[in-house]
Amino acid sequence: MAPLLLVENLKARYGPVQVLHGIDLNVFDKEIVVVLGANGAGKTTTLRAISGMVETDGRIEIDGESIKKSDPSEIVRRGVAHVPQGRGTFPELTVEENLKVGAFIRADKDINVDMEACYQNYPVLYERRTQTAGSLSGGEQQMLAVSRALMSRPQLLLMDEPSLGLAPQIVEDLFTRFITINKEHGTTMLIVEQNAQLALDIASRAYVLESGEITIEGKASELADDDAIRRAYLGA
Amino acid sequence: MTPSVGHIWGLDMDLFLQRVFDAITNGSTYALIAVAMVLIFKATTLINFAQGEQAILGAFAVLQLWYWGIPMWGAVILGMLFSAALAAGLERVFIRKFDPADHLPLVIITLGLFLVINAIAAIVWRFDPQSFPELFPSGNAFTYNNVRLSWYSIFAFGSCVLVLVIFQTLLTRTKTGLAFRAVSSNLESSRLSGIKVGPTLQFGWALAAAAGTLGASIYAANPVLQIEPSMMLRALIFSVTAAALGGLDSLWGALIGGLTIGFVQSVVVQYIPFIPNEMSLSAAVVVLLIVLTLRPSGVLGTKAVERV
Repeated sequence: MAPLLLVENLKARYGPVQVLHGIDLNVFDKEIVVVLGANGAGKTTTLRAISGMVETDGRIEIDGESIKKSDPSEIVRRGVAHVPQGRGTFPELTVEENLKVGAFIRADKDINVDMEACYQNYPVLYERRTQTAGSLSGGEQQMLAVSRALMSRPQLLLMDEPSLGLAPQIVEDLFTRFITINKEHGTTMLIVEQNAQLALDIASRAYVLESGEITIEGKASELADDDAIRRAYLGA
Repeated sequence: MTPSVGHIWGLDMDLFLQRVFDAITNGSTYALIAVAMVLIFKATTLINFAQGEQAILGAFAVLQLWYWGIPMWGAVILGMLFSAALAAGLERVFIRKFDPADHLPLVIITLGLFLVINAIAAIVWRFDPQSFPELFPSGNAFTYNNVRLSWYSIFAFGSCVLVLVIFQTLLTRTKTGLAFRAVSSNLESSRLSGIKVGPTLQFGWALAAAAGTLGASIYAANPVLQIEPSMMLRALIFSVTAAALGGLDSLWGALIGGLTIGFVQSVVVQYIPFIPNEMSLSAAVVVLLIVLTLRPSGVLGTKAVERV
């Protein structure tokens, strides 16, 4: 079976600094895959490369079709949604307007149905639907950011450190909800994280990114037991 | 002897009311240019210094169309469309290729456009002042003793409010308006949501230019003024001041700012004897300084607060 997302020999640079030295990864339909790595390993750049926000060398394919050189607004239309680091909500817009922006690429009649589904996933967003996103707490903003991305009905959801800056309990709720979303909507997810423990719990497969190279890959459960990983990312 | 409204606290009320009406008239036209600047500022946090010149070019186009025999209001609408198309072209050619986050090159480009458009207007239409046909019924809607409220004042103010209502509706009730506000709120997430940022900003430039042309046409249609290529220089300073005073990202703030500047220009300068008429421009800027000291984001502007 061909993967939903295929990344091959991906290289990226910021000016003279090479950030990604030719990485290979793939994500199959309905999978949750996590990329672990320290700060500066190239996790964010990997996601930004996939959604067309940075220039790259190498192959990036969705469903066997290249999305390289496509504009980010085209890549969203190919079914890739991206929750950037630091939430990426629209602080001056209301919660409801944030969700409408998420559905910007759609013209079908089910937008309201999906909005209801978001509110059912996260009832607090319904309570705050007329408030501006900027007035929400960090956890609520992350819920909104994920919901915003889901409103485009993506095949593949990219998430950049969703746990960043959130209290452990909130992170746990958030990640549990990711599993529900994955099961109910069949949304494929590629999550980059520093919080290895939780990420490995919900993922089926994982990659470890170090200084712009994939150094380890395997089943999430196996990586969680790997001594090197435990020392580097699980603090054990 | 004619009866008068009388004197209150030693104030000649006739004169005072007349000055307030003048303030509303001038303020409304400043507000229309200010609204145009606010639109572009909202989306890009960039002040378009060429806004006034784009507007006067539009007004000259209106005049030209009228010379060619097109009825005045038809000419105004065509002129607005012309300047919208021109602004869309300017955005595409001169603005879009630059990084929207790096303001210095963009500010210099708008200053360059300011000079070039001014020169073009001067070459084509010369510096001789020309009279601009009236847009609104002449005469006064209301006369009491020495107080006169002209139809021109009423329509100038009404046009300004109408434009604001239309813009407000466009921004809050349409999908393009939502995209525009999304871009102004978070550029990166807008791209990630599938919004085409370039065309969205281009739409803002076009809309702003149309409002500016309407503003300049109304300004030039003032029976006491004549149109000439540099007439917007003064108005531009008043309009920038008005926009900043109202809060650079607030549409209704532009109206409040415009009216305040109009008020300072006609009322304050009238009643505070040590401010000579020549200083009305500076007086407006002093008011701006005072307001911004008390409220750094302007009267209705959004405070830059973010929770992370």
